[in-house]
Amino acid sequence: MNAAMLHSPIIGESPDAPKFLLAVESLTVSFDGFKAVNDVSFYVDPNEIRVIIGPNGAGKTTVLDLICGRTKASAGSIKYKGTELTKLSESAIVQAGVGRKFQTPSIYDDLTVFENLEISFPRGRSVFGALTFKRDGEVRDRIEEVANMIFLKDQLTERAEFLSHGQKQWLEIGMLLIQDPELLMLDEPVAGMSVGERIKTAELLNQIIVGRSVLVIEHDMKFVEDIAHRVTVLHQGKVLSEGSMERVKNDPKVVEVYLGH
Amino acid sequence: MDSPKMPTSSASSSVHDNPFMKPMEWVSLAILAAVILFVLPMVLDAFRLNLVGKYLTYAFVALGLVICWGFGGILSLGQGCFFGLGGYCMAMYLKLEASSVENTKIQSTPGIPDFMDWNQITELPWFWKPFHSLPFTILAIIVLPAFFAFVIGTAMFRRRVGGTYFAIITQAIAAILTILIVGQQGYTGGINGITDLRTLNGWDIRTDSAHNILYFVNGGLLIACILFAQYVKKSKLGRILVAMRDKEDRVRFSGYQVASFKTFAFCLAAVFAAIGGAMFTLQVGFMSPSFVGIVPSIEMVIYAAVGGRLSLFGAVWGTLLVNGAKTSFSESFPELWLFGLGALFIAVVLAFPNGLAGIYRTYVEPRLTRKVKVLAPAEAGPLPHGTPAE
Repeated sequence: MNAAMLHSPIIGESPDAPKFLLAVESLTVSFDGFKAVNDVSFYVDPNEIRVIIGPNGAGKTTVLDLICGRTKASAGSIKYKGTELTKLSESAIVQAGVGRKFQTPSIYDDLTVFENLEISFPRGRSVFGALTFKRDGEVRDRIEEVANMIFLKDQLTERAEFLSHGQKQWLEIGMLLIQDPELLMLDEPVAGMSVGERIKTAELLNQIIVGRSVLVIEHDMKFVEDIAHRVTVLHQGKVLSEGSMERVKNDPKVVEVYLGH
Repeated sequence: MDSPKMPTSSASSSVHDNPFMKPMEWVSLAILAAVILFVLPMVLDAFRLNLVGKYLTYAFVALGLVICWGFGGILSLGQGCFFGLGGYCMAMYLKLEASSVENTKIQSTPGIPDFMDWNQITELPWFWKPFHSLPFTILAIIVLPAFFAFVIGTAMFRRRVGGTYFAIITQAIAAILTILIVGQQGYTGGINGITDLRTLNGWDIRTDSAHNILYFVNGGLLIACILFAQYVKKSKLGRILVAMRDKEDRVRFSGYQVASFKTFAFCLAAVFAAIGGAMFTLQVGFMSPSFVGIVPSIEMVIYAAVGGRLSLFGAVWGTLLVNGAKTSFSESFPELWLFGLGALFIAVVLAFPNGLAGIYRTYVEPRLTRKVKVLAPAEAGPLPHGTPAE
């Protein structure tokens, strides 16, 4: 059932979403009157890498929180493949095919790398399912495959707390890959990484975007230029500019509030 | 410490195997079972054995707390509620059997429990009636606390109430239940509880031989519960509980309904506690609100903390040890015991957060494994350090 949902044709199913994988329209959220996100609209195509940039407090992370259901919208709509996400629970949004990586590496310190990845395997997500979950060949093969991609093949039996910062970030990306989401949201995936780790991460991202859309928040302009198909600039909760990196870089409004510094 | 790399496929099937119990855990289980089922019955007299049987009923609660608090991070300070629910269900059945018309013919209304008669109640209340049946009683001991925990758990966890707030609310519930029982004397026996219990389906439970049999039933049930808890711990659900304790949001955004998993852990702890409560009533011969309220609930948390809140076996040893100490201390210095208990709890939390099991795992086990390796170098494989849930 899940698989059928994940692999259903994206295009032309619903008249509401003729071609976008994700359509965010007039999205607003206010915390005690302060509008952290104010009338934001943007559209993400299938297989697109979209990067959201903007100064601190622009509402970037809040936008991701709204899409994955962590924060409830005050107004506006988020349509993913024609389904309204604002009314779904967090777990239902994940099961619909949206994966989210948090800003600080969010992994389970007390479990091994293998077990971290296993928990994200999209099977046995109910209480009973988890009680009767079997670690079979399919699970093992998939975990080893992903561990290979995220450069952690030799750390599978290690407790996750002993990984380096960069390895933890990769592990969380790996946990998302196991979920096989169609929309992958990454919050500052290279923050705090060494130059070598950054290059490896860019390589990893280029590998995993095949067949999915990625929404990335990032500050590192070099990295953004490397990976972005299009860029959305947020400022004080509103969309300031949008387009190719080239266009955005030369937009005087963007230069003034963000890149000029 | 570098072991030679094995070919990927064979390495993966051996390293990532998830056996029900590791060899050391089987040894722990064997030792515990031997002590409970053989050593103690052989060395203790009937009175002391019955006392240990009573302690072991608290071990059920501690076991539930390991799952709920240790693994899941949900601290309940109201486990006495569930211990009491199980205990009262059993006591109601036993009391009805002891209150036959024959036995109670001097009462103004024969055939109802004596305390009801003293409180001018002339008819058996409706909720007492089903407890004439033993199968219903046994079912109620399991279902009632599970249902109660399910309602509390769903109400709290769906609203994302957790941590300290949850602990405080469970404590309040324990207080409410005590007040309810004490206040409704005519229906519950009040502060004295339900006493003067005699037979279980015609079998006199007050004799030494009955105590002896009940002790073994209790020990057997405890080991069954440990095995079930071990199954839960080893399942993916067990790892999800640990993951939840660590990074609740990550679990939620991996597609799990966190509230359901927390509710499950809480319900399981409640059922374990209730089984303990029922066995308590059978072995001790009465049930009273003094095993329901805040103080016993917190004491039960201390048992789990001292034994090691992450270790199923540790919880049982902790319960035995604290209760043993309590009995011997309170026989000689009754007024000092509560201070001792408080000091013990503080010491454990500050110095040994993982209790006895933690001390064992840090200091004793490494030496033991080294010895085992020396004795059987061929068999002992590289031990992956720090199993996740521990």
